[in-house]
Amino acid sequence: MKAMAELVKGIYRENPVFRLALGLCPALAVSTSVENALGMGGAATFVLLGSNIVISLLRKAIPAKVRIPCFIVVIASFVTIVELVMGAYLPELAKSLGIFIPLIVVNCIILGRAEAFASKHGLGLAVIDGIGMGIGFTFALVLIAAIRELLGNGTLFGYMVFGPQFQPVLLMILSPGAFVTIGLLMGYFNILDEKMRRKAEAAEAGGGGR
Amino acid sequence: MDLGQLFAIIIGAIFVSNFVLMRFLGLCPFVGVSKDSDSALGMGMAVIFVMTMASLVTWFVYNYILVPLEITYLRTIAFILVIATLVQFVEMVIEKTSPALHKSLGIYLPLITTNCAVLGVAVVNVDSFMVTDLPRNASFIYTVVHGLSAGIGFTLALILMAAIRERLDLVDIPKSMRGIAITFIVAGLMAIAFQGFSGLKIG
Repeated sequence: MKAMAELVKGIYRENPVFRLALGLCPALAVSTSVENALGMGGAATFVLLGSNIVISLLRKAIPAKVRIPCFIVVIASFVTIVELVMGAYLPELAKSLGIFIPLIVVNCIILGRAEAFASKHGLGLAVIDGIGMGIGFTFALVLIAAIRELLGNGTLFGYMVFGPQFQPVLLMILSPGAFVTIGLLMGYFNILDEKMRRKAEAAEAGGGGR
Repeated sequence: MDLGQLFAIIIGAIFVSNFVLMRFLGLCPFVGVSKDSDSALGMGMAVIFVMTMASLVTWFVYNYILVPLEITYLRTIAFILVIATLVQFVEMVIEKTSPALHKSLGIYLPLITTNCAVLGVAVVNVDSFMVTDLPRNASFIYTVVHGLSAGIGFTLALILMAAIRERLDLVDIPKSMRGIAITFIVAGLMAIAFQGFSGLKIG
């Protein structure tokens, strides 16, 4: 039961991008198409999972004072693996993600999970946390990318959706579109949050009165 | 090396491909430290300094350690370690030499290690000035100038945003949009304005 809660918390309640405002740079930069978003989400999830496993295994061996440099070296090693593998097997994707693959090192989500979770929990929970957070990050990326690709290019996964008459909103693919999209999505998530809280409060009050 | 190229690099890094608004680097401090213009200025100065130093040091690391040993594929690990050490070192030096400066910059320095703009500028430098066949002295000067102007571009965006947010405090914003959400909408409008620079042709 606890494991399930750890897995799903990353998707909505503690979504790294929308709720915690972490990992914003890649979320905006590579969300020009759904394909790029999936590639970035996959790469980040792999690094997150790998670093969570290694740090959780080494948590008793790493001295508390130098833990941050140790975490960074572990994370950077996994990022280098991703860089080399992606360059060898998916050169097109590696090219369109560009410098944002090496920049996974400084993605605050990964260091944040290492510090806040993996260094304090056992292997099993750390794996689940890595997968959950990775899915949450990928979900956020794909959501932003779907909106931007649909409006800015009229396509999804490269397929035409609206037909040839559609006038694409070029601005959505350019950088202003990214900022406005994530701003509106965060506003929407705030409304959802408020609604859920009110519902929970009402349920509690109703339950107490009976 | 020619001055036209140098000028193009400066204008390019500050306006045309501004690190925050065009390249999406360093968004965390852009959103986090832009609440008032004093701290924005402090953060900006710290970032300019660290980005210039990081460009300088990573140039030496890349050309005199990674290339001769043929381990350029380890650049991500090497750069992040160098930057983390550099930030720590800068903090110690400032603390010893000028306590007043340390008081105003001190709290921002540790944050800079995880600022992706710093590692970003190092990686962009390698891709655009080092793997090409530029002569060494030109590649060195371009790298340092690019680091400096990228820092200035970051500071410009940060201070503009802080000035806007100070005025936003007086405005009645819908509850769900307060905080980070409205900051992103404002950043979007600023990015539209910065799109205007992309038509510039220099050199």
